Amino acid sequence: MSIRLFLILCLAGLLFGCSKEVKEEEPVVVEDLSSNAPNVNVNDDSGAQAYGTDDSSTSGFSQLDDPQSALSIRIIYFEYNSSEISSEYRTTIEAHSAYLSQNPTTSITLEGHADERGSREYNLALGENRAQKVKQQMLLLGASSSQIRLVSYGEERPAIDGHDESSWQQNRRVEILY
Amino acid sequence: MKILFKIFIASMLLVSLQAHAVLDIKITQGVEQALPIAIVPFGWSQAGSVAPIDLTTIIADDLRRSGRFDVMDEQDLPQRPSDYDAINFSDWRKLGMENVLIGKLNLTDSGDYDVSFRLVDIYRGKQIAGFRIPAKPDLLRRVAHQISDILFEKLTGIPGAFDTRVAYITVKKNKDHTVHSLQVADADGYNAQILLESPEPLLSPSWSPDGKKIAYVSFEGKNSAIYVQEILSGQRQRVSAFEGINSSPDWSPDGSRLAMTLSKDGNTEIYVMNLNDKSLQRLTRHGGIDTEPSWSPNGQKLAFTSDRSGGPQIYEINVAGGKPKRISFEGKYNARPEYSPDGKSITLVHAVAGSYRIGILNLTNGFINVLTDARLDESPSFAPNSGMIIYATTGVRGGQLAAVSTDGRIHQRLGLQQGDVREPAWGPFLK
Repeated sequence: MSIRLFLILCLAGLLFGCSKEVKEEEPVVVEDLSSNAPNVNVNDDSGAQAYGTDDSSTSGFSQLDDPQSALSIRIIYFEYNSSEISSEYRTTIEAHSAYLSQNPTTSITLEGHADERGSREYNLALGENRAQKVKQQMLLLGASSSQIRLVSYGEERPAIDGHDESSWQQNRRVEILY
Repeated sequence: MKILFKIFIASMLLVSLQAHAVLDIKITQGVEQALPIAIVPFGWSQAGSVAPIDLTTIIADDLRRSGRFDVMDEQDLPQRPSDYDAINFSDWRKLGMENVLIGKLNLTDSGDYDVSFRLVDIYRGKQIAGFRIPAKPDLLRRVAHQISDILFEKLTGIPGAFDTRVAYITVKKNKDHTVHSLQVADADGYNAQILLESPEPLLSPSWSPDGKKIAYVSFEGKNSAIYVQEILSGQRQRVSAFEGINSSPDWSPDGSRLAMTLSKDGNTEIYVMNLNDKSLQRLTRHGGIDTEPSWSPNGQKLAFTSDRSGGPQIYEINVAGGKPKRISFEGKYNARPEYSPDGKSITLVHAVAGSYRIGILNLTNGFINVLTDARLDESPSFAPNSGMIIYATTGVRGGQLAAVSTDGRIHQRLGLQQGDVREPAWGPFLK
């Protein structure tokens, strides 16, 4: 058997293996090991869904309100002139994506923003780029497109009114709004 | 509800009738060889009553503010003639004053006015310009600016831009709410009128070529959308509210089309909309940011900002279609292009060592001349005579407007009494 055929078989095996793992309907399981972990729906083959005792439908307390949850982080910050998402936000985005995929009737708005420097209209586009990047990651992690609305305010809605780097840094952001 | 409506309209009228300038304009740097000129207080045909307007002060302020004139103080005037025959040439020669303006405001039998004036060259001993301009009462201020335009052109060779208007956005942050407003005012800061007030952001005012309409971006629908509003009637139409960004409107020179930035097809691209049927023509196809289109004065090209090469730079594309061509090559950040009305240059925002300044790109040789030296300058717009650029700057007092001559020698500051002002757009010559 030639090397080439061997490699092709390996590749086919990989592809076959990959396609088995990426199915849009399956929710991504997020394991939160803290003791105050919010509910995580674990789909097992029976289709049953297990809930913990602090489920929102019984006590009125929602995952969204839990200050300990990764879902409580609703702002993602960015570097100057960039729409790349830092790896420190991975857990946050995973948590929101999981929540959305488990709650298909829930929708969010991703608001993109930029700091005041440079041209206003360019900053409008930069804010949108940032929101789009966050949406892309969420879609890969299980949310569906119809649940996510995008809007960019560019530099028009600063969180902080100052004219120095510490203010600018807080204005380069995407806000997740439920 | 009716009473509130009445109060709102009344307050709008109050704003436009205020006797003082809403925008306060100061010259901060003038040319070294300013031209001397004496402006004699105009005569008034109805002795015993007060003239309806002080034309002299408006003209003197215009010329002083231009940075090119040294206007003689009124107290130093050796005489105050209103007629040519009353001029004592030797009085003026003794003071070394070369240029003298005299004039008269007449109330005519019909209740309208006419203004006659003469610009006299003292050394040559003769009149070098003289006109009589009829005027209805509400146009007297414009007549003063028209006189300034005539003087300016006669003495500097450059057409004046005093009889023009500017549009701008103001933002007032109250305790629990913010008010954004789109306003237009005379180029000297007087006669400010509110065109629109909104709790949501307003951006990018753009004048139609005939000066009768303004296109702008409003977030009142919770997303960016483009509106076109008639200045006189206040009537407006929402022309673009697609999903995503709708922004950066810019009128074609014939007023029939609007270039704009839309992201409805995935990311920001440049489009041209025919205002008659709202049909769209897409001009760019690139995954990066493409925004801020500016129509060339001959109607054939658009300049725009694109980051397709890594950071924002200026590109040109034929409106008929084709490949964009990069035209800015100095520095890492060039954005927000605006063609000069004479088509020879493009003003832009140019970053230098972390500071954002106003530059002017010479379209013949490709060089960028940096005109300002603050840290956060943006939104440049040419005066219709291509001689001055108005722009927005941020200082310790918040957002203000400023202006600089295209050769960089003259600087002006334009401040609002309260609130931030931003996004200026200099209107066309008025007809």
